[in-house]
Amino acid sequence: MAGQTLLRIENVHKRFGAVIASAGASIEVREGEIYALLGENGAGKSVLMSILCGVLTADEGRIVCRGVELQPGSPEEAVRRGIGMVHQHFMLVPNLTVAENYVLGQGSPLRVLSHMKAVSARIRELSDKYGLDVRPDALVRNLSVGEQQRVEILKVLYHGIDLLILDEPTAVLTPQETDRLLELLRDLVADGKTVIFISHKLDEVMRVSDRVSVMRDGKVVFTTDTSATNPRELARMMVGRDVLMELPREAARQGEIVLSVRDLACNNELGLPAVRGVSFDVRRNEIVGIAGVSGNGQSELALAMSGLAPATAGSIRLNGEELCGLSPAAINRRSFAHVPEDRHKMGIVLPLPLTENVILQRYNRPPFSARGLLRSRAVEDHTRDLVQRFKVKARDIDVPIQTLSGGNQQKLVVARELARHPDFLLINQLTRGIDIGAMEFVMQEVLKQREAGKAILLISTELEELFAICDRILVIYEGRIIGEMPPDRSRLDEIGLLMAGKEPSARSAGSEPVRVH
Amino acid sequence: MEHILTLGFLATTIGATWRLATPIIFASIGEVVSERAGVLNIGLEGIMLIGAFVGFWTMYETGHLPLAFLAAVLSGVAAGLVFALFAITIKANQIIVGAAINLLGLGLTSFLFRTYLVHTGQGVRIAPAIDIPLLSGIPYFGAPLFKQNLLVYSTLLLPPIVGFLLYRTSFGLTLRAVGEHPKAVDVAGRSVALYRYGAVLIGSGLAGLGGGYLTLAHANQFVEGMTSGRGFIALAVVVFARWSPAGSFFVSLLFGMFYALQLQLQAEPSIHIPYQALQAMPYLATIVALLLVRNRMDAPATLGVPYRKA
Repeated sequence: MAGQTLLRIENVHKRFGAVIASAGASIEVREGEIYALLGENGAGKSVLMSILCGVLTADEGRIVCRGVELQPGSPEEAVRRGIGMVHQHFMLVPNLTVAENYVLGQGSPLRVLSHMKAVSARIRELSDKYGLDVRPDALVRNLSVGEQQRVEILKVLYHGIDLLILDEPTAVLTPQETDRLLELLRDLVADGKTVIFISHKLDEVMRVSDRVSVMRDGKVVFTTDTSATNPRELARMMVGRDVLMELPREAARQGEIVLSVRDLACNNELGLPAVRGVSFDVRRNEIVGIAGVSGNGQSELALAMSGLAPATAGSIRLNGEELCGLSPAAINRRSFAHVPEDRHKMGIVLPLPLTENVILQRYNRPPFSARGLLRSRAVEDHTRDLVQRFKVKARDIDVPIQTLSGGNQQKLVVARELARHPDFLLINQLTRGIDIGAMEFVMQEVLKQREAGKAILLISTELEELFAICDRILVIYEGRIIGEMPPDRSRLDEIGLLMAGKEPSARSAGSEPVRVH
Repeated sequence: MEHILTLGFLATTIGATWRLATPIIFASIGEVVSERAGVLNIGLEGIMLIGAFVGFWTMYETGHLPLAFLAAVLSGVAAGLVFALFAITIKANQIIVGAAINLLGLGLTSFLFRTYLVHTGQGVRIAPAIDIPLLSGIPYFGAPLFKQNLLVYSTLLLPPIVGFLLYRTSFGLTLRAVGEHPKAVDVAGRSVALYRYGAVLIGSGLAGLGGGYLTLAHANQFVEGMTSGRGFIALAVVVFARWSPAGSFFVSLLFGMFYALQLQLQAEPSIHIPYQALQAMPYLATIVALLLVRNRMDAPATLGVPYRKA
């Protein structure tokens, strides 16, 4: 099925100040294939694709599409040659309808929009053809993330694109939506399109692509047929060394109870019950995982525990002291650290520099403050220390944190929370948005905390993450803990059943505390 | 007191409302265009003042009314260009640049007026009232409503024209997108800066026209600082009208009503309220109106935020 060469990117160089984003990258894409571009955050995948689309201009190198060299730095030219990109952050205007988004920037500015009926009809036709279920007159802001992505993909098709570039398309999708997307990509290729699939998720690349290239440090270091490789090899190529898929850890020790939650209940934003009587303990030297399909009360549980939302019933005791009713600031001061689910909303302040983000909870206490004044030397030393220890990639410590990639932001949040030396650590989604090399590192850091005697609660939708570091896994479903499992991959099916709300046994759980062993 | 409740009083108030709302209608609908593209131009007050002064000066020198109005519009566009240069190209803080334009408008017009025109004393010929046949003969309401100048009538056309531009043309669609998600426009291959310039120039041209109305259709004289807050009221109108051209028309009328009532009540001997209190009515109404608008959800998402590539 893969035909002759459609596109060649030759020896592209690009630098931003002192940062080299692309150091002579070359790739070749064949007609009618799904070509995966794999690499860690900051390896230069997105920059290379932006150059291909004409959004950025390369310092050196050239791009040849169907034998014709592309004029650099011209998005119009890329579109004329049939190259289009589905961006990781959608380029859809929320207050406009789907159809309006499709005609945005098309044709003469003076054109009167009298052709919207025809546009809508064409969208419906294309939507039916690919089974995308896109409604042309829906307002984009009313669509879910998965729907918006389908709108974006259809937009590219609507504009007659036959080389689609998808930048980390599954980062925002649920597992089911991901399956649907990968299926769609197959359909598109069957229809004669060509797809470049940018990702750092190995399993997806293995599942969907025909060929794969791995980028590292702005260069393409490895290219192969997907059928001729395996995840371990790809991971090694991405990181530049062997990656431990199994993390070594000490056997579980039985420490005393640090955190004890009893019959906790709380509501969601709409005032409806989200957590309905949850009880569990977390001990010293223990990592307890909470598994579940997203939206089963995990977010609300984390908010209630950290004081960000009121509990309607129950108690949370940390070292015997009641936390319910305390303010988030008071909970913060009580040896309780929190890596929140949505770092942009709760973890960091995007326009502030790294230094100020690092001291968000401790800015008014020694050693960062003395007599009401900030001690910038102490703040800078501390930030530099964290950046070095956690290998956070940043130009400097006083740049706004929004200039860092998502993975590096997350590393800094984890570093900040661990550095507070808490007795208890609440982590909601540890590795969201970070790549394999960093993932392994962050998990190892959390394991170190466990060996150091901390109690850790890890809420995650990624089962791999839970299997890798937890001592036991609680499964949450519709606001109740409906079962407890050991972190045993061979019992994946049982956990899957529990996550879907099907209790393997008739044991009633939830209101009584779940005990270990 | 019983005079107030007569039809005659009502009719005169309605006529004055429309007339007094006209400059605010021009300025606020212009600002809707600008803000829809994400540019908050608080320099309206200064731009109106420049329009009022330049219009007056041109009229004084040439005696040609259409030329004077054109000069008012063009002077507004020129002031808007200065604003756009700093706010869009240089990406300076829009509030600061707007405040500077206000100070510039006040200082420059006062300086030029005192230097060249203060001794003129006499006024200029202003836009004549146009009598609409038949309609102006309606008892009570005919004369106050249908003997207005051309600019007052033109406010009826402005909302549909601007509405058509914003909602029914490719230009308007892109302009609104620029205010909501400029990057999407950039990626679609259109220049964000160009659209923002266009929006600001349309807005400031209309503000200049609103200013010119004050000296060429309302009073026949230029007075220092004569806009007396109308530019700021227009800004409030835009928020209250939720960035809609038609809404701005009606909300401007509401504020025009407070101006009209304040004038009418001052002339009413039976009412014993200090005239200063009456004069404060439009401004009090502005504060009350802004208190009532709690929902800012409709504001363009990038209002006041300069656009930076990559």
